[in-house]
Amino acid sequence: MNLAVRDVRHNAGRFAFTTLGVGLLLMIVMGMGGIYRGLIYEATLLVDRVGADLWVVQGSTRGPFAEISRIPANLEDRVLAVPGVARARRFVSHTIQREHQGKPLRMVVQGLAWPDDKGEWVPIVAGRPLRQAHYEMIADQSLRLPLGEKIKLGKDVYEVVGQTRGLVGTSGDGLAFFTVSDAMAIQFDVPGEAVRLERAARRARVEAIDLGRLQPLLLDRAAGLASGIPAFATPQVSAVLVSLQPGADEAAVRSTLRTWPDITVYSTQEQKDLLLAGMVDKARRQLGLFRALLIIISTIIIALIIYTLTLDKIRDIALLKLIGARNTVIGGLILQQALLMGACGFGIAWWIGLYLFPYFPRLVLIENADLVSLGLIVVVISTLASLLGIWKALRVEPNTVLAV
Amino acid sequence: MTAPAEQTPAIEVTNLRKVYGRGHTEVVAIRDATLSVERGEIVGLLGPSGSGKSTLLTAMALINPPTTGLIIISGQPVMDGPRAMVDARAFRRQHIGFVFQKPNLIPFLTALENVQIALEINDTAPREARKHALELLDYLGVSPRAHNLPDALSGGEQQRVAIARALANDPSLILADEPTASLDGALGRQVMELFRKVAHERHAGVLVVTHDPRTLDVFDRILDVEDGAIRVRDKTATKP
Repeated sequence: MNLAVRDVRHNAGRFAFTTLGVGLLLMIVMGMGGIYRGLIYEATLLVDRVGADLWVVQGSTRGPFAEISRIPANLEDRVLAVPGVARARRFVSHTIQREHQGKPLRMVVQGLAWPDDKGEWVPIVAGRPLRQAHYEMIADQSLRLPLGEKIKLGKDVYEVVGQTRGLVGTSGDGLAFFTVSDAMAIQFDVPGEAVRLERAARRARVEAIDLGRLQPLLLDRAAGLASGIPAFATPQVSAVLVSLQPGADEAAVRSTLRTWPDITVYSTQEQKDLLLAGMVDKARRQLGLFRALLIIISTIIIALIIYTLTLDKIRDIALLKLIGARNTVIGGLILQQALLMGACGFGIAWWIGLYLFPYFPRLVLIENADLVSLGLIVVVISTLASLLGIWKALRVEPNTVLAV
Repeated sequence: MTAPAEQTPAIEVTNLRKVYGRGHTEVVAIRDATLSVERGEIVGLLGPSGSGKSTLLTAMALINPPTTGLIIISGQPVMDGPRAMVDARAFRRQHIGFVFQKPNLIPFLTALENVQIALEINDTAPREARKHALELLDYLGVSPRAHNLPDALSGGEQQRVAIARALANDPSLILADEPTASLDGALGRQVMELFRKVAHERHAGVLVVTHDPRTLDVFDRILDVEDGAIRVRDKTATKP
């Protein structure tokens, strides 16, 4: 006869409410683990999907996911000349916050190296890849921009032609794909007045020197487009993505690229490691501490309720001792109740999470291995929580039952 | 030669003494008590409050060791002074049944399960324990209420279930501590008749601590406890 189950059935209401509370706490523990997994998944999704063998970034920087990286767009051509390189693509990534329909809209602008890259590799769930060099975009559904929606970014208006799901940056902002030139135009959009003032200033500086006065063309050039003056041109892309030829020696290509002092080269794995070791690692530690605290709180709650349930049964336990029940019967009763509470709480956590987590603003990814490890943690904390009740029960004297 | 277990007294107590405290605070609860209860015999233990009845009962129940004296149950020495000569809990499980003033049924078990648990604790297989528990409830006339929780039973029914639990492991000794105190006269009488039936039919020694003067006639013998000392009463005397 299972005494634990019968006692639980007798105190079903109290047990159910307590278990629900424990279940909600465990759901938060489970959710925090899921948020961490989601962070890793989201952070590495783009790096995985983009399909590059090597990432060429600004010298002495950790790449566009860790810090600002700016390299000249024409680095693409230099890289292509390295033996063993099959393809080089410009990569632009930066976060912007604009206003759309009266609400703030944050997005991670990603540049696709048009015309080689139209976004066919992007997991599009609705619509299509880019078909023209300008004014089209593929937006993640988290940005809430439906197909056909038009949005003004900088001086131009872009139309949503495709949608992705679950493609967000490390900060949780949805990704939006443009051609590299559009992405740069959005990034380096400068008000007309600022351009005019800058050009006037350059013209004035050139006029002030003899060379400027003697060479009218130089004066015109100084007052023209900044991109037309190599010395002034801003390095405009974040990285160059390198795909190697089949059978090419990656080490040899890297070795060649490392001799260039203006760049740093990373493999895809190194780029992912840098990503995870940076902001994701801090999030992991933060979430880990919260999880540890919540597990301790859950243990205390289970211990207190099991202790209270034990106190309620003191006379019954004394009676069991009087009629000869072994300590294993009495300890087993309490341990089984704690385990039952933990197991039911775990089940409730899983079940509620199943329906609730999809509504969270960030991806909550529950993996089977995490479920198993949390299950084992629940077994351990339930066992620990029962110790207080067992200690109390084993101290009860059988003659307690004789007290009227 | 050792007598067969069935022929030995259910319990023999020799020169039992229980002292609480020391020096100025010393209280002698039991003074050199000597008694025996034969199998098939029902014995009443009477005395005013504080006379030492309950102390004597708990000592015989192996839950309150005496200061000195010997306790033998079913021919087996079990306590020699404060020293237990057996595993007290295991011995209680196999040889002693208990009935209390309150039935003390486990509230989350049905009447049947309250009896069954006593059997399962003594390593009886669940199926067999259930069958035997039903037989005992039937013997005591409460089988129709077998599947009710204690809350749903009357006081008399609860006490019958408690007696069934006490009988579960076929004990040689049943100790009852004022089992009719919370019952009205007629019910109390019924319960005492049951004890008599159990003693005579199941060949157990039954020792009942009681205050109730209306049920004295059911006892085969009556022992009076006064200031911790025991004397045998003449059964023809009417004074409780």
